[in-house]
Amino acid sequence: MTRTSVLLLGFVFSGLSIRAQDHPAPDLLSAIDSQSAPPTSYASATFKTTRLINGHTVEGLGKGVLDFKISHRFGKLNGGGYQLWGLDNATMRMGFDYGITDRILIGIGRSTFEKTFDLFFKVKLLRQSEGDINMPFTVSYIPTMAWTTLKFDKSRKNLSSSRYSYTHQLLIARKFSANTSLQLMPTFVHQNLVPLATDHNNMFAIGVGGRQKITRRTSFNAEYYYQLPSTQLSGSTNSLSMGFDIETGGHVFQLHVTNSQGMTEKQFISNTDGKWGKGDIFFGFNISRVFNVGKQRRKQVTPSGT
Amino acid sequence: MLVKGLLPVLLVILTCTALCAQKVYTKNGKISFFSKSSVENISADNNGVVSVLDEATGELQFSVLMKGFHFKKSLMEEHFNENYVESDKFPKAIFKGRITDLSKVNFGTDGSYEVTVSGDMSLHGVTKTLTQPGTIQVKGGVVTAVSTITIRLADYNISIPAVVKSNIAPVVDVTVDCIYDQKM
Repeated sequence: MTRTSVLLLGFVFSGLSIRAQDHPAPDLLSAIDSQSAPPTSYASATFKTTRLINGHTVEGLGKGVLDFKISHRFGKLNGGGYQLWGLDNATMRMGFDYGITDRILIGIGRSTFEKTFDLFFKVKLLRQSEGDINMPFTVSYIPTMAWTTLKFDKSRKNLSSSRYSYTHQLLIARKFSANTSLQLMPTFVHQNLVPLATDHNNMFAIGVGGRQKITRRTSFNAEYYYQLPSTQLSGSTNSLSMGFDIETGGHVFQLHVTNSQGMTEKQFISNTDGKWGKGDIFFGFNISRVFNVGKQRRKQVTPSGT
Repeated sequence: MLVKGLLPVLLVILTCTALCAQKVYTKNGKISFFSKSSVENISADNNGVVSVLDEATGELQFSVLMKGFHFKKSLMEEHFNENYVESDKFPKAIFKGRITDLSKVNFGTDGSYEVTVSGDMSLHGVTKTLTQPGTIQVKGGVVTAVSTITIRLADYNISIPAVVKSNIAPVVDVTVDCIYDQKM
């Protein structure tokens, strides 16, 4: 009995001494980390700004953030030396985007092209995340209304409703890595007035786009909208654009080439008529400047117990 | 017979050392940082810091999720994660060290103890040895660790482009405040 006690004691002590002389820095954290599921981590900055090139990205703005955007498209590259390869002409769009919440955005704009106003909402329906909640994609829904204010052709009967067109887009994006993001853009465009009696008022398109970061602050972007041939306007072409994002603090500069002259959804998705092969290429840029105007974001809520 | 009588006493002592010198931890410790410059002040708070303190050995460890830092301006938060600390590549900052003058601290008695903590800090893929003063407070058996340290961004390969050089301080103040209210 005594012997067993001594043995037992010896055993306990030896165990204790082993514990005391253990590794210099035992990993205490892993014991705690393994106790609980990892917190949900949302993908941030799938794209640098709310626009890919002409079209939208899934990105919104933070609550109370105002984004002032100026976009230019110069004339056609095939205009020749007389037009200084397009630089003599320009169309522009000026617009404001505002973050009502972190997930809802409202925007207005005015394009000189066809003297068009546009109004849109962007709602982030799903957010790509890992951890507690797993979600492979970020999904945003964007309804847009465009109002063209060009003088009517008096030789025909005109209706005020002819000035309106509507676009619905569902953007599905995934940030595959810190550098690579891809986006699918199923789109529906309804135009109250189309050029020919034989043209369809409803048009379906699917867009694909993406960005590949080159450095931490620059990226290469591309965007293509494929129109369902049976629904597209006669003579229209598919919009293809390529460009770069350059970010400096609160500014994002986007430089690109595209075969679309217009900058609202209806204009570039369904009414593009430029052909890359013929040199109908427009050089352009978007400049985005962000201001914090609304109430600042609430601080993170302290977890209970502190 | 003597040994037989001693055994329960020894067991009690052993259990007590195991219980009294315990490991305590928190999952909602606070770390904040502050950058002061002529153009703007930038601050961010993280209220989900995981930290463990071994009262027996003085081992002190922190795990800080970089995406857990929240800023007042959403774009600052995006730039912090995307351009500066690269949270996708380096999701956590880890500190593993120990209280070098543990004998100063009596975890059984309420009070405030000035200590020195020394160890390795890993941030943005760079590991540096840090030695910093801090305070251990004991109140009603609950331990709190408080410290303010300075971090030179260049030490951790966090580069600031020339365009925003005047917006971001090269050295930021980091405040640590952890209440170890959980026992392991």
